[in-house]
Amino acid sequence: MNILTKLAVGASATAMIASAAAAEVSDGKVKIGVLTDMSSTYSDLAGNGAVVAAEMAIADFGGTVAGAPIELISADHQNKADIAANKARQWGDSEEVDVFAELVTTSVALAVFEIAKQQNKIALVSGAASSPLTSDACIPTGLHWTYNTRALAVGTGSAVVKEGGDTWYFLTADYAFGESLERDVAAVVEAEGGQVLGSIKHPFPSSDFSSFVLQAQASGAKVVGLANAGADTVNAIKAANEFGLVAAGQSIAALLTFITDIHALGLETAQGIQLTTGFYWNLNDETRAWSARFNEQTGTMPTMVQAGVYSSVMHYLKAVEAAGTDDTDTVLAKMREMPVNDFFATNGQVRSDGRMVHDMYLARVKSPAESTGPWDYYDIVRTIPGEEAFGPLSESNCPTK
Amino acid sequence: MNTKVGYGIALALLLVAPFLIYPVFLMKLLCFALFACAFNLILGYGGLLSFGHAAFFGGAAYITGHAIKIWGLPTELGLLVGAGSAAALGYLIGLLAIRRQGIYFAMITLALAQMVYFIFTSAGFTGGENGLQGVPRGYALGIFDLQNNLTMYYFVLAVFVIGFLIIARAVHSPFGQILGAIRDNEDRATSLGYDVDRYKHLAFVLSAGLAGLAGATKTVVFQLASLTDVHWHTSGEVVLMTLLGGLGTIAGPVVGAGVIVTLQNYLASGPLGAWVPVVLGTIFVVCVLAFRRGIVGELHALLKKSF
Repeated sequence: MNILTKLAVGASATAMIASAAAAEVSDGKVKIGVLTDMSSTYSDLAGNGAVVAAEMAIADFGGTVAGAPIELISADHQNKADIAANKARQWGDSEEVDVFAELVTTSVALAVFEIAKQQNKIALVSGAASSPLTSDACIPTGLHWTYNTRALAVGTGSAVVKEGGDTWYFLTADYAFGESLERDVAAVVEAEGGQVLGSIKHPFPSSDFSSFVLQAQASGAKVVGLANAGADTVNAIKAANEFGLVAAGQSIAALLTFITDIHALGLETAQGIQLTTGFYWNLNDETRAWSARFNEQTGTMPTMVQAGVYSSVMHYLKAVEAAGTDDTDTVLAKMREMPVNDFFATNGQVRSDGRMVHDMYLARVKSPAESTGPWDYYDIVRTIPGEEAFGPLSESNCPTK
Repeated sequence: MNTKVGYGIALALLLVAPFLIYPVFLMKLLCFALFACAFNLILGYGGLLSFGHAAFFGGAAYITGHAIKIWGLPTELGLLVGAGSAAALGYLIGLLAIRRQGIYFAMITLALAQMVYFIFTSAGFTGGENGLQGVPRGYALGIFDLQNNLTMYYFVLAVFVIGFLIIARAVHSPFGQILGAIRDNEDRATSLGYDVDRYKHLAFVLSAGLAGLAGATKTVVFQLASLTDVHWHTSGEVVLMTLLGGLGTIAGPVVGAGVIVTLQNYLASGPLGAWVPVVLGTIFVVCVLAFRRGIVGELHALLKKSF
């Protein structure tokens, strides 16, 4: 056989497999389950906005995929892994849900991963941060879409060192997430030739940061890294502002900050903070158009988590359409094969370890004078290429990669 | 006689329930029902308001998870290790807490439970805020595959019935009578020659052990143990379940747990998703203001009045 015949045989075999796989959509519908935090700490950055984003993706797709209607179901997991596991299992067992989306906080994502693995369903993680979701804790059907702690560390850490912020002091939330974030960032800072002068752990959650901020100030470090999240970050920044930390020449690197946090703080307090984000509404015409539509429904601008939910659901639906079936393995193969191209990501790529690699952005929060309108909060300082942010595939310890 | 018929009907309902209702939900309900029953033993019959029962529930959840996942113990043994360690923890906490009454007792148990919480937050084996995930369900008696939800349900039902019977037996025994006497008038019980502290301590250990059994079973059902289990919210939730169902009634906590778990479960996916805590809070306020004996307590009173 010459090469041409081989190719022809291969192609027809592939076509046969493809037509066999294009069986049907199971249960006559594609059902998306959005599991998010509607009432607790993360309801601002995910919550209802994440459900709206998923609804928008379904509406934009036209409401049907591969000839079958698309349904959406959502639930509040209250940041509790057991509630999340219970819901996800129920959805998979008796509600014919094909895909789980959003899944903020790592404990929830890990719990749902366990269910998704058992039931062979796809999990689209947007809100959870931990890098191990696509490394030690990965599952074949779990995709991590928006960001992770490694990207935050590389993004903010190396950028800040390159700009001359070569001495660091950490304010770290005293639990696993804070510690791992500090560790990741410290490694990046030292690799870039910077120096970590010290760190202090604060209880989680904490409301009084005065003593911690004073120690950070006394350390003489050029950069104070906040390895915490949510209300802790907001409180730490407020305290830093009261003690004039930024005014005295130190800068704050808030390692995990969402635009809703900045909105809560106000520019007066938050100005000058550097952060890494997977999405900013005011990047280009496409992001502005989508965000304006989002704003009409929710009254806020989308966080990267919410935009990521739209993107991940959209990509899933495109893959189902292209595959002609909602069979998990076929759809997964399609999702990996097709590049992610939408307002959220350009040429994003779903890797075999489940990581969606896309460009991240290093941003600096504007001063009130620089801001020209509501929600005009960030100056995008640098675009961080996906490969640099998320690291090469060889770095992942995922056994099924 | 009537109660026996009632229990028979309830058991029959529980046996057929998984064919009508989603079994994992029922298992959660049974775990929390057992937890509330164990709590009721100390609050309803012993008159001691413990605000730290999550330490036993969650502590056993973690230890069982670790025993099954890392040490590779069979499921039943894992449950026993969890319940046993909860009882041991109950012995230690009881040793200190039992010396005080009322609000001081509640505060000491809360403080010690918070210590337990922080130990579990920072201990390496618990996975911190990520929780202990992926605990295998294993096999019951080495033959029945618990990965099957229906098999798992009957296993949980068996555990629940055993726990419930232990509590019912304890309450109706002379020990339970003395406990009631202590609750109603501690000085009189002392004057009658009873070593009050020993009885209270024993009730506390028993309650802790059974709460641990509930937590351990929960770990096997959901295959995870998380900080939620040891958080003081859980301690508060079990107080709510017990009060709502009916303090000092055998069936009350089961009903209370049923109401709370059902609300949490079904409200979460409805339009009231963001309002679950508010709804539960309102129910609690209404319960305290309007029917202080709880659902089962009020039913009892109603029956007494009408017949």
